Amino acid sequence: MIKRLLAGAAAIGAVGGLGFLYYAWYPPIEPVDLPDRGSFSAEQVARGRIVAAEGYCAECHTRTDMGGGPELAGDYKMDTPFGAIYSSNITPDPETGIGNWSEEAFQRAMHLGVSRKGVHLIPAFPFDHFTKMTEQDVSDLYAYLMTRPAVHMTHRTNELPFPLSLRILQAGWKLLYFTPGVYKPDPRHDALWNRGAYLSEGNAHCGACHTPRDFMGAEKKSAPYDGAVVDNWIAPPLNEHNPTPTTWTENELFQYLRYGVAPLHGPAGGPMSPVPHRFLSTVPEEDVHAIAHYFADVDHAAEREKHDKAALARAMEQSRTDLIGPSVDPDAKLYQGACAACHYNAAPSPVLGRPDLALNNALWLDEPTNLYQVILHGLTAEEGQSGVAMPSFYNALSDHDMARIAAYLRRTRTTLPPWTDLEKKAAAVRKTITTIPVNSSH
Amino acid sequence: MVKFKLNGRDVSVDVPDDTPLLWALRDDLDLTGTKFGCGVGQCGACTVLVGGRATRSCITPLSSLEGADVTTIEGLDPNGKHAVQEAWKDIQVPQCGYCQSGQIMQAVSLLKDYPDPTDEEIDGVMGGSLCRCMTYVRIRKAIKKAAAALRKEEASNG
Repeated sequence: MIKRLLAGAAAIGAVGGLGFLYYAWYPPIEPVDLPDRGSFSAEQVARGRIVAAEGYCAECHTRTDMGGGPELAGDYKMDTPFGAIYSSNITPDPETGIGNWSEEAFQRAMHLGVSRKGVHLIPAFPFDHFTKMTEQDVSDLYAYLMTRPAVHMTHRTNELPFPLSLRILQAGWKLLYFTPGVYKPDPRHDALWNRGAYLSEGNAHCGACHTPRDFMGAEKKSAPYDGAVVDNWIAPPLNEHNPTPTTWTENELFQYLRYGVAPLHGPAGGPMSPVPHRFLSTVPEEDVHAIAHYFADVDHAAEREKHDKAALARAMEQSRTDLIGPSVDPDAKLYQGACAACHYNAAPSPVLGRPDLALNNALWLDEPTNLYQVILHGLTAEEGQSGVAMPSFYNALSDHDMARIAAYLRRTRTTLPPWTDLEKKAAAVRKTITTIPVNSSH
Repeated sequence: MVKFKLNGRDVSVDVPDDTPLLWALRDDLDLTGTKFGCGVGQCGACTVLVGGRATRSCITPLSSLEGADVTTIEGLDPNGKHAVQEAWKDIQVPQCGYCQSGQIMQAVSLLKDYPDPTDEEIDGVMGGSLCRCMTYVRIRKAIKKAAAALRKEEASNG
């Protein structure tokens, strides 16, 4: 009896295993000679440049550590909870890049997450978003990439432990989490909304950072755009859970995504900063409008913005507390000495590029992470509001000082409960910074 | 190599990325009007304008200023006759004078946002600019005088 049961189980296992192998197996696609640059029309390459910018390809396919690397040549280090992995070279070098990939192979990689050789790609490459792109957009992107300068460069070896290093297992991940298919327009919405949804859900892969992930590293379908921790920063919620007192309206979103600063919220910092400055400022304005339009719906701006006037008035009043009369609060003194020389504002509205802290995401999130990141790093003239820089307080403020400033701002600028363990958290964020921005010992 | 605009002209400085702006200004670009005070952004002596904003140059990494527009005390006015500088002389604000260039740069930034500042607004914004000779009363007076001059200038231009 037991024997028969075991045999049955083995048979089911074998059939299941074969089924899985059938599901998991993709044939290699024959290598091709590097297509002649002239075989792509200038128009197609120009369209492809826009597709590449809207998908931020160069951001994750260009090395940033070890002094940087050539654009699109890969070796960008991504720290995942499973180990560090390094992006691939997507320049048209035949040996180390994608120079011998046919368009068919490239379409398959983007839509199904499988390499030319038939190997499953790791989902750090967001094919779960790119699968939604039209064949035309992928074709244009192919034309753009194949006409970039070829760079001969291999990436460092991935540090995924066994058995995660077995690529065949990625097929199991796909079975559980991956729904292939091009974006289907939602007939309940107009063309602008659908364009925004197509870009945001697909090529621009916003959810890759702004949607929390489960223990298998997949985006939680139950909590889209609920915010997540990425590269030691908080990617804030993009839905109605976004905590800022004024609403992310279509205009605020547009200003932020196009120019890197939203008048009633503040600048794009950290990993978000290249999104406007390096990419979305270079694409057709109507595409940025479409993304802004879509997210103004995702965050229910229409229902919320009626409170904005009161929220703005309250924020300006709170900020004014530093400008009226001598303060006996020692934390206020610390803030005034270190920060208020720039961060002052008065009614009726904040000055552009001088973000009012009472309106800023960083003070309203559940953790002080982003506030600490900005204090420690500062902002360059190329980030946030163009041409304006914030110093780095890495050497200027101790963890204790930062904790006092954070507590003071949370207390005076928000209506939320105090943050906890502030000094410990300041030390933890400081520890994540490997390159100290400013060094006075030169 | 960092390239930016300094007092209206293009400059490039070849120093390590994490060098503070103040170091480059004084040691590499020979502009010594901007002073070193505390070195940790708490006294205001090293204040310059970046994109028109008062910025503490002692803790601002030079590499963060690629493409930026920086103004120091030397570039405020070609003849050293900016309304704030004139008011400073008239009221005889400087005592030892060490903090003055930082004070003046911060005041210029203040007057852009508050053309007619109250005592409280002056104290609030200038609170991070320390003066060990305690000339705060005259600083306030000079800012008001400069504000009046600038408003008059504005009215005659407009």
